[in-house]
Amino acid sequence: MNHYQERVCLQGHIIDSLVLAKVLDLILMMGGTFDLEDVHIGKTREEASHARIRIQSASKALLDDILKAIQPHGASIEREADCRTDTAPADGVLPDDFYATTHLPTQIRLNGRWLDVDRIEMDLAIAVTEAGSVAQAVPMGEVRRGDQIVIGREGVRVIPLQRPRERDVFGFMESQVSAERPHGHIIADIATRMRQMREQHGERRSDSHVLLAGGPAIIHAGGREALTWLIEQGFIHILFCGNALAAHDMEADLFGTSLGYGLTAGRAVPHGHEHHLRTINRIRAIGGIEAAVTSGMIKQGIMAACVRQGVPVVMSGTIRDDGPLPGVITDSVLAQRAMRTLIPGVGLALLVASTLHSVATGNLLPATVPTVCVDVNPSVPTKLADRGSFQAVGLVMDAASFLSELARLLGKST
Amino acid sequence: MSRLLVCPPDFFRIAYEINPWMRRTNRVDHRRAVRQWHELMRVLGKDVGVVLEQMTPIPGLPDLVFTANAGIVVGRTAVVSRFRYPERQPEEAHFEAWFRGQGYDVVTVEQELFFEGAGDLLGFSEYWFGGYRQRSDIRVFPILSERFHREIIPLELVDSRFYHLDTCLCSLSGGELLYFPAAFDVYGQAAIAERVPDKLRLPVPEDEALRFACNAVCVGKHVVLPTGCPTTQTWLRMRGYQTHQVQLDEFMKSGGSAKCLTLALD
Repeated sequence: MNHYQERVCLQGHIIDSLVLAKVLDLILMMGGTFDLEDVHIGKTREEASHARIRIQSASKALLDDILKAIQPHGASIEREADCRTDTAPADGVLPDDFYATTHLPTQIRLNGRWLDVDRIEMDLAIAVTEAGSVAQAVPMGEVRRGDQIVIGREGVRVIPLQRPRERDVFGFMESQVSAERPHGHIIADIATRMRQMREQHGERRSDSHVLLAGGPAIIHAGGREALTWLIEQGFIHILFCGNALAAHDMEADLFGTSLGYGLTAGRAVPHGHEHHLRTINRIRAIGGIEAAVTSGMIKQGIMAACVRQGVPVVMSGTIRDDGPLPGVITDSVLAQRAMRTLIPGVGLALLVASTLHSVATGNLLPATVPTVCVDVNPSVPTKLADRGSFQAVGLVMDAASFLSELARLLGKST
Repeated sequence: MSRLLVCPPDFFRIAYEINPWMRRTNRVDHRRAVRQWHELMRVLGKDVGVVLEQMTPIPGLPDLVFTANAGIVVGRTAVVSRFRYPERQPEEAHFEAWFRGQGYDVVTVEQELFFEGAGDLLGFSEYWFGGYRQRSDIRVFPILSERFHREIIPLELVDSRFYHLDTCLCSLSGGELLYFPAAFDVYGQAAIAERVPDKLRLPVPEDEALRFACNAVCVGKHVVLPTGCPTTQTWLRMRGYQTHQVQLDEFMKSGGSAKCLTLALD
């Protein structure tokens, strides 16, 4: 990633003299890249032109070399100021003109130095430690009275995403939502990534976790077996879901149904609608999912695989939940916090068949995390993109077909 | 009638080395230099018919004779130079005093920006070229452009022997241009070619460029240039100019010739 950057201005008769062309050529020839952020071309011959150029380079030393080389041609570094901060007036309340984050890598300037903002996420504020050595994105609700919060826009810079080196579907990093395009190559690219990440995870490399956020349609549509296999084989490292996915997964194990439909017979079974309630009740009786699995009451399925593989599961409750299952976090702020703590280290996110959990997870993910959103309903990936997760690749297809194809490509025998 | 500012070479010598031409061991024959300067004055005053304004030479400022570097004059405004090398910086006050004494509105550029006057800024009535990198700072041109409502095309000087723009480029009254292409980088060469059509441009051969053929003074249809530049002279004559050759080799020891020894006031 070209994380080192500086903005310079160039003005005068820089077009006809080819001074602008020369400066841009110099940047490229030296190994930097640039974005022309603003170019104003003089309307008359007398009127000067000006250009604002953002220069990026892979190292600080290279950036300094580039700046040194272009300064004699009139490029002047844009005057930079430290960011301003103000104290939070009360717990859970930000100063009025707080800086609201994007989910792109962000830096703030403090005491003349640019500092990376940790745990970046969209729609948060930035808190600075007293010593001014650490900057971290912070949700409104977590702010404590007296925290130093960045205000205004001065001294804050957002670093656009670089195209990854891999020439796969994630190279585009843009939401392409269509049911009318072949999915095969996209799933193949995801499988390739997951294979690499399982290796990296084994080596305990950073950002090697694969997160799956899913809805109960995975069970209803018949994707349970494939997802179970993916977890058992070590391809999935974190699971976000709600009460329903867990309940129907275990319902399938206990009763062979999902929301009362026989998974093999493919039809409603008598009194099947009670099965998920009976399942939840049994889990509540035994004390929890882990106890149900370790006791042997729950033998197969997604939840069993998670317990056996030590895959952390965050189950977030919703207003229409039955039960809920023990372990479901019914306070949505607490659920958000639990999800947030598992985000660092995620290197790939699969958001499958759930509007609620897909959007919630998308909101927590930095733009740098490759993300796939799979849903039969095109409005879900669209909604995700509309809410800012522009990096998500949208796949309009049914969850079971997606997971089965993914598992097949990763070696599951059919 | 055109007026030129000049300064007699009473104290002219090589006292320091700030360009590749200057060698302190290469002593100036002072009497010869004085003779050459007076011959240049005679040609300019009598043959070309310009009015010569003389400033008083100052002991210890050997390069005050190169008045092209006093600044630039536009109408009744004079922009005084800020020299890059400390050796020439004491000249600034004297040039400034002379301009003030003559009633010019005197403008100075920011302290940290170097600007060496008509040595680095010259051109045509509609636009100028500005030489930078060797002596003048490119940042000075947008300031002057705004002040005088004139387009200034910056040209990087890439050969230290041609350290001022007026050593490698000369604009003529008929829109023609003498220049030594290799003194500029490809961008500068392209910018010049874009502005001045082929038939109006003479790429001066290297041997004549090194005799400072481009350091010529053009007044109307007269061009005063150093001796030993036959190609340039022939081309100028074909374009209808009357040429006047003056031997100025004593001043070449310091890296200057006819143009460097004058500053156009009108």
